[in-house]
Amino acid sequence: MNAKLYFFFVLTLCLGELGVAKAQGFAGLGTKAEGFALPIPGRRFEFPGDHGPHSDFRIEWWYVTANLKGADGIDYGAQWTLFRSAAAPGDKSGWSSPQVWMGNAAVTTPDRQFSAERLARGGVGQAGVNTSPFSAWIDEWSLAEREPTGAGDELSHLRMTATGADFGYLFDLDASGPIVPQGDNGFSVKSAEGQASYYYSQPFYTVTGVLRLPGKEVAVTGKAWLDREWSSQPLAANQTGWDWFSLHFDSGEKLMGFRLRDSAGGGYTSGTWISAEGQPTTIPPNQLKVTPGATASVAGRAVPVKWHLALPERGLDVSVSAINDQAWVASQFPYWEGPVRTTGSFKGLGYLEMTGYR
Amino acid sequence: MISSGLGALLSHWRRRPLQLAMLLLGLSLATALWSGVQAINAEARASYDRAAAMLGQDRFDQLVPTSGEEVSQETFARLSRAGWKVSPIVEGEWRVGTSRIHLIGVDPVTLPSGATAAALGVTSDLLAFITPPGLLYVSSETAERLKGNSTPPLKVSPGMLPSTAIADIGIAQGLLDKPMLVSRFVVSPDQPMGRPELSVVAPELSLKKPDVQGDLSRLTDSFHLNLTAFGFLAFAVGLFIVYSTIGLAFEQRRPTFRTLRSLGIPATTLMGLLLIELLVFAVFSGLMGVALGYILASFLLPGVAATLSSLYGASVDGALTFRSGWVLSGLAIAVAGTLLSAAQSLLQISRMPLLAPAQPRAWARASERLILVQSAAALVLLVAAAALSEWGSGLVMGFAVLACLLLGAALLLPGVLSGFLALMSRTSTRPVALWFWADTRQQIPGLALALMALLIALSANVGVGTMVSSFRSTFTGWLDQRLASELYLTARTDEEGDRLARWLRPRVEAVLPVWNAEGDIDGQPGQVFGVVDHRTYRDKWPLLEAVPNAWDRIVSGDAALVNEQLFRRGHHSLGDMITLPRGWKVPIVGVYSDYGNPTGQAIVAIDALTHHYPNVSRLRFGVRVDPQKVSALRREVVDTFGLPPQNVVDQANLKRRSLEVFEQTFSVTAALNVLTLCVAGVALFASMTTLSGMRLPQLAPVWAMGLTRRRLAELEFWRTMLLVLVTLVLAIPVGIALAWVLLAVVNVEAFGWRLPLRLFPADWLRLGGLAILAALVSVVVPLRRLSKVTPATLLKVFADER
Repeated sequence: MNAKLYFFFVLTLCLGELGVAKAQGFAGLGTKAEGFALPIPGRRFEFPGDHGPHSDFRIEWWYVTANLKGADGIDYGAQWTLFRSAAAPGDKSGWSSPQVWMGNAAVTTPDRQFSAERLARGGVGQAGVNTSPFSAWIDEWSLAEREPTGAGDELSHLRMTATGADFGYLFDLDASGPIVPQGDNGFSVKSAEGQASYYYSQPFYTVTGVLRLPGKEVAVTGKAWLDREWSSQPLAANQTGWDWFSLHFDSGEKLMGFRLRDSAGGGYTSGTWISAEGQPTTIPPNQLKVTPGATASVAGRAVPVKWHLALPERGLDVSVSAINDQAWVASQFPYWEGPVRTTGSFKGLGYLEMTGYR
Repeated sequence: MISSGLGALLSHWRRRPLQLAMLLLGLSLATALWSGVQAINAEARASYDRAAAMLGQDRFDQLVPTSGEEVSQETFARLSRAGWKVSPIVEGEWRVGTSRIHLIGVDPVTLPSGATAAALGVTSDLLAFITPPGLLYVSSETAERLKGNSTPPLKVSPGMLPSTAIADIGIAQGLLDKPMLVSRFVVSPDQPMGRPELSVVAPELSLKKPDVQGDLSRLTDSFHLNLTAFGFLAFAVGLFIVYSTIGLAFEQRRPTFRTLRSLGIPATTLMGLLLIELLVFAVFSGLMGVALGYILASFLLPGVAATLSSLYGASVDGALTFRSGWVLSGLAIAVAGTLLSAAQSLLQISRMPLLAPAQPRAWARASERLILVQSAAALVLLVAAAALSEWGSGLVMGFAVLACLLLGAALLLPGVLSGFLALMSRTSTRPVALWFWADTRQQIPGLALALMALLIALSANVGVGTMVSSFRSTFTGWLDQRLASELYLTARTDEEGDRLARWLRPRVEAVLPVWNAEGDIDGQPGQVFGVVDHRTYRDKWPLLEAVPNAWDRIVSGDAALVNEQLFRRGHHSLGDMITLPRGWKVPIVGVYSDYGNPTGQAIVAIDALTHHYPNVSRLRFGVRVDPQKVSALRREVVDTFGLPPQNVVDQANLKRRSLEVFEQTFSVTAALNVLTLCVAGVALFASMTTLSGMRLPQLAPVWAMGLTRRRLAELEFWRTMLLVLVTLVLAIPVGIALAWVLLAVVNVEAFGWRLPLRLFPADWLRLGGLAILAALVSVVVPLRRLSKVTPATLLKVFADER
């Protein structure tokens, strides 16, 4: 879920309120990770510790996307994200904490898009992540272990809430499968030069809850996918943007796939095939064929809203289309993120994120 | 036809360049004073707006503590976890060396965009901003002042106000010694749906709506109203010049008008031409005036800025910015003033019969009736002034009283002069004397306007002079009482303060702590001081009013003295309960005068102070010691404790500084006062010179009867002196009344203190000298002309058509 690294920039730009030096396109992602820890292959995840923040790494996120069906028969998408960005490695209590947090929440309907964002500094209780019980929050938004906790991991039974000026939601998430390490046991390589991150997912949530939209409250059910990732220098200097897919197929299998575009016009694709039982298989670089199709004019840019994905060794040959072409997240650094539907050899639902389209 | 008509009209000014100069000068001066004052006000207001905009108080809702100065930082987490999108701010006075800086701590991450205006423009590193020692945003002026002190690294930002600094909230909490405290919250304009009520989440806070006006501009309103009133007064005096010059020029051109009309120029065209002429003059002098006003304002502004900062703690840039607003308003008022002054004359021309006698009359010959009407109007105004001062209240009312008083006195002047002259002529028997009185009386209408202007200027001068002098003498006496300690010390830390006090006690007569807590008193920012029980206070503290045994009650710890400002503002009386910071309620047992301080202040026993405000900083001390030993002690303190010299101030030094602040406060008033007098002098000069040219018909017969030109000139001289002296004598009681209004009404409203009226006859003598000098200057030209007039010219009078 490389795409989210991009929020490192969002944060940098938010701090631009203070006139922080202008980020130079996406190239800034390739900045040196001086003083920060770097991911190394072969490390094993340790829970619940790894559910919490890794303040020696520059960036980290807790990222949930949900494909929902309303009692009114309408398809909805929802997103809850907490990003951590460190100005310096390590943490301190109080205002001198170098940790900055950003929250992003969105709801997509077939014809509308709602989004909100939050910013906070670490060290003063406005935002943070605790483990045992697990709780991630920024302002009143929260993704937290529900009481009473059932059997399983700290992430197995969560409650997720967020509100914006004109929308809000409260969902209960219950995992029906295991946590899935991405890449090589959680070491996810992001470029041919070897940039990488730690990355695991919980893609097996069932969701029940309530969506509040202008003029109505809708009971919804569906599926959700949680991504956890942290790193310090995630992108190669010449990578300009990405297209990222998380797909729940009706067969019970799941696919995480991404394409990183570079300035030379080429790309780097990778991903993980997840069996219905939660067994991950890493897709070797550039095996997954990711082809953009028709574009839509979104916020003045041409953004591909139809895609073709092919992975011959799994018999995958699907068309991916956006449920709402205009799923634009109009935050300080805007991007496209919304629910999608697949047709072809595997039918299903999922989420697509696209950045770097100008 | 039109162009030759215009040529004919303008030729008048070519023949009388002095008159033209007077017209332009009068209008320029009036506009200059007006627009100068406006420029100063505009500059100050812009500074206040920036102060308000700096933290978005003018646009965003704020959450402020319901009582006390700060709330715990924990409230911030509570608010945000409940869905209130707010940004915390801590602020306070930060002492660096000898400077006081208004330090504002912000959280750049949550601050709504637009809340910091242009204040923070150039930083490059959030990390440096939030990580100790942090960064401090200041104006270049403040950076210069802070040089050499130990401060966090400074960043100069052009948008910053003087004496203000912005830092990260965490850094500011440390510098201000307000750990884990928040002064207020800025409420973001976009709030999520369904958040709970504030009273549920944080009952210790209350919501404050955006304050478009800003606290500072409210506080300083009275000061600016003062300035504006002065500007307007000067303008009004200037208009007297314009009115008289225009009236004279129109009268003198009556033959020209008649000729032009006879030659076929329609009345409307003639009016139009005259209007164009006036507008050209108005725009020209308006521009001149605005330019002069700009120069004037840039001279006065530093003084005003210093006054505002010492009086109200308001930061105003010492440099003037060119603003189109006051330029346009200056031009507009010049044009409006010209048209107003010319309205009567234009009306007369439009009604003038084609073949009306073309003899120039120095203004319409004022009849006894006109003088009676004027006097009646004057009496009505004076009665109104008395009534207003008796039953009215408020600052605007105070100025209304001033206006009625001045205008009434001015209108009464011709009546009084005329009565005086009638009386004099009745006591005279000799023919020359009889002629002198009668001729003088006949001249009153012509000189009335100039004399009225002079009266207003002189009265204003006497009034303001009396006020300032009364204030100065009261203030000096008060300072002697108030600054009773021989030496004032400021420690750098509380711990050093304690050591200092311990060290001093065996060496001196008494160590008097000067400790104070800040917070809301009666809902407005103020200070609470603590005093020890010492005869210095009992003997010397300047109490205006107190219950018996007031000091004993103070010492008991359960009573407070309040300063006059606080007492008057709250309409308190002795024994009333007053709410000190953190909701501590005590009875008022006495009132003391506290000049030069805009805020409320209370005094309690020192033990009560430290009990209720345990965090009070214990840095400052007054030391009672034999005056002989002061300098030795001072040296010893500096040597032993290494205190910087500016932290050890002796009484004389402090007094001198206080007096400097005082002098600054009134320097602008004094400058405007002198300028107003100058304008009045010019008005007199203008009237005398123009009038003298028309006096030949009156003088020729007397000359023919045997009075020499020299004797005539002498008589003219004495006439002027006499009129000016009578005006001066009349101006003194008016001025005293004015001073009374200023001291008892305006000052109480504007500053919150009332002062005793004291009279300074020596000042009047000086003013009389000045007035006579002005009169001398204004008669010199006409007298020279008169003494040089040839007999042929005088004879010609009899040959002329009249």
